[in-house]
Amino acid sequence: MKLGFLVDLNLCMGCKGCEVACKVENEVPLSSWRLRVKYIDIGTFPDTSRSFTPLRCNHCENAPCERICPVSALHYLENGIVNVDSSRCIGCAGCMMACPYGAIYMDPESNTADKCTYCAHRVESGMMPACVVACPVEANIFGDVEDETSHISRYIMEHQGAVQVRKPEKHTNPKHYYVGGGNQTLNPLAHERIEGYGLFNNITHLKHVGDPNHSILDRFTTPIFGHKHLDNKSFVDMPNDNHESHEEGGHH
Amino acid sequence: MEHSVIEATKAVVTLDVALPGIIWGWMITLNMWAKSIGTGVILVGAFLLYRHKKEELSGLRWKMPLISFIFLNIFLLFTLVDLHQPLRMINIFLHPHWTSAITVGAWMASLFTGLITIMALISFFDAHPDVRRHCPLANSCRKMSGLYETIFPFTVFLAIPVTLYTAVIMAESSARELWQAPTELTQMLLAAFMVGSASLILISENWSKEAKRDLALVLAVSVFFSFLMYMGEYFFSFKSAEAEATLEFVHSGGEYNVQFWFAMVLGYIIPFFIAIGNLKEENRTLMKFAALTALIGLYLAKDVWLKIPQMLPLS
Repeated sequence: MKLGFLVDLNLCMGCKGCEVACKVENEVPLSSWRLRVKYIDIGTFPDTSRSFTPLRCNHCENAPCERICPVSALHYLENGIVNVDSSRCIGCAGCMMACPYGAIYMDPESNTADKCTYCAHRVESGMMPACVVACPVEANIFGDVEDETSHISRYIMEHQGAVQVRKPEKHTNPKHYYVGGGNQTLNPLAHERIEGYGLFNNITHLKHVGDPNHSILDRFTTPIFGHKHLDNKSFVDMPNDNHESHEEGGHH
Repeated sequence: MEHSVIEATKAVVTLDVALPGIIWGWMITLNMWAKSIGTGVILVGAFLLYRHKKEELSGLRWKMPLISFIFLNIFLLFTLVDLHQPLRMINIFLHPHWTSAITVGAWMASLFTGLITIMALISFFDAHPDVRRHCPLANSCRKMSGLYETIFPFTVFLAIPVTLYTAVIMAESSARELWQAPTELTQMLLAAFMVGSASLILISENWSKEAKRDLALVLAVSVFFSFLMYMGEYFFSFKSAEAEATLEFVHSGGEYNVQFWFAMVLGYIIPFFIAIGNLKEENRTLMKFAALTALIGLYLAKDVWLKIPQMLPLS
């Protein structure tokens, strides 16, 4: 069994339902994302088009994150999922440096690496990942790519020639496929990411990796003395300059 | 309201989450720099001991492992401090994952530091018989004097993979195309010879003229080839689109361009000409100046090379 994911970008309408479902299901803290939908615009008004690209861990067969992890916190499950054991992670961020898809983040609550696990806990119970259930147009297709009768295998067969993976030149053998994608949607070098430019909130960078309220000294003392519990409200209450800009006002 | 005009053929990201910026920052730069000194003094020291008599290199026997010990501990300290869960470092020894260069490197560096600690203790108490004369530890170190010569060849052998393994970590960081080059291995080795010789130049006051000349030669050769490789990477477009986009952060001007050229001048060009000049006519003050600029320049160069690949969006 080799679980895989396929997103039909022709169907995706950028509602971000999958993004929200993932956040809720996995209690992903603010400023961190296991799954995100990126909007990319092309053309000059009025001849413009917008595409939506859901981005998550590719669960590569030859995963660089698994290879570089010094303590096997990132490991393969028998069904092909690249899983994370956050209790073992030392927070070296080697996986963040190795993942060519930028799919791994440093959880600001646990200060350990985390990422999409294809909802391994749900899959184990025979359920679909939360993002698949939430998608109103069934653009997310999940299943066993080694089973030729599965929905995902049949979908791949039906769309032969149009099925793509991100960065195939990295030889990671991703198990996450796209139909209807193009260079401008799947290649981050083919589109501009203009700092400060934005539609609803500004395109920007995180100012911190991990917990922004954790000093270096805290990293040593917290496991012994504990620390203030952070929840999503704590992050809302933090000064905005610690996180991405949430300025409203539309296009700048 | 500010308006942006974007060319019709260009695609732009109009809605996305904030991406992380620099993940491995100055602490990793310091870590690599200190490791280069810690291993470099052993490699260059071994070269000097092979070429010259011990009497010509007064104090090298104890100063070399002591410098190495200090900088290896700086390296280990910042390796630990940079972890988001530093107390779990123990997991590298309890749950090692051998495909990871981080694991292999941590084991080798720990063994290397252990051996250097023994050498530093033995040689220090040997060289200072009046220090802690009644201390049992000091006396037992003095009694084990012969162990120094037994351990030394192993540390020289181990210094090579310890200095090189960071290049393998960078190679395993497959998201950063700029580092996916075999030249990184050579750069790491040259960096060790460069700062190893620079550090020993600073303590070589009473050494023979020939030994000082050899140090200047090692510095000149290592900075020359290292500079040549940086220029090759800077000017030739032989790499992938990602590596080219990364180098744009240096090519297009700005702070990394300034830092890069500052590093090249301080760390490579100035030391090269001073060291070459010193081969003809010895000038101690200028050589010490060259050693200091080489140490500063290497830090700056490593810092640029570490940070620019992290500025590129991966998705």
